[in-house]
Amino acid sequence: MSIIRYQSPETVAWTGLDRWNNLRDELDSLFDMPFWSNFGRQSQLFSGWSPALDLYQNNDNVIARVELPGMRKEDIEISLQDGMLTIAGERKSEGAEGDKAERTERYVGKFRRSVSLPTQVDANKVAATYRDGILTITLPKAEEAKPKQIQVNVE
Amino acid sequence: MDTLVRENRGTRPGQAERFITPVASVTEDGDAYQLKVEMPGVNKDGLEISVENNELSIIGRRTLSPIEGTIIHQESRPENFRRVFELDPSIDTGKVAARMDQGILTLTLPKAEQVKPRKITVS
Repeated sequence: MSIIRYQSPETVAWTGLDRWNNLRDELDSLFDMPFWSNFGRQSQLFSGWSPALDLYQNNDNVIARVELPGMRKEDIEISLQDGMLTIAGERKSEGAEGDKAERTERYVGKFRRSVSLPTQVDANKVAATYRDGILTITLPKAEEAKPKQIQVNVE
Repeated sequence: MDTLVRENRGTRPGQAERFITPVASVTEDGDAYQLKVEMPGVNKDGLEISVENNELSIIGRRTLSPIEGTIIHQESRPENFRRVFELDPSIDTGKVAARMDQGILTLTLPKAEQVKPRKITVS
């Protein structure tokens, strides 16, 4: 059975050069289409598993959220070096010998994601939770990296 | 008759909500099919599973709490998950069992008694 699924025929027709005004919208809409999400997935077949990673920041923390469904928390490794956060791990194959695979889209094996952090963080206070297949890492910003309000006294 | 499962990709007309298709695996042993669907961020409260006319429909809604702050980098998609399968007639739809663990939905779809393989011993 083929791993790459049938693409639903929702492709935006390429309308030629007379629509430059709409080109931007067309391009934007292309990226919303299922084709691209499948395309991204297809490239994973060659590069391994590349879980989706989101990065947020607020005044106190940098927060990373990674989609890692079906892991055991012991199999997730988080490290921090030179301002680079790395999440690595391995999803082990499940299921008994002799089971017949009808359809295999889920990726099994190792992954590694690195992201450079926007500011200095306090490596000793990093906390992580794993819930509903989502890993959330909270990295408190180093004191010197926090935005500061400077009080100006007017005399 | 070796598929669980023909996938039904027809979008319903007038469907307002947009969904993304979660990845899935199907394995088969002698007694049952096992379907695993990856829906990170969905817990059991966000699940809607129904079987109607041999059509298994799975919807998973994310129940993630929003993160306070600004987003600097985003790869995840905000949409909820939906996928529909057409069940093989050999499946006993009355005995489907579901489990949700760390973003993976596992459905066990037992085969009806009369289609299970039997070992016949010759005496």
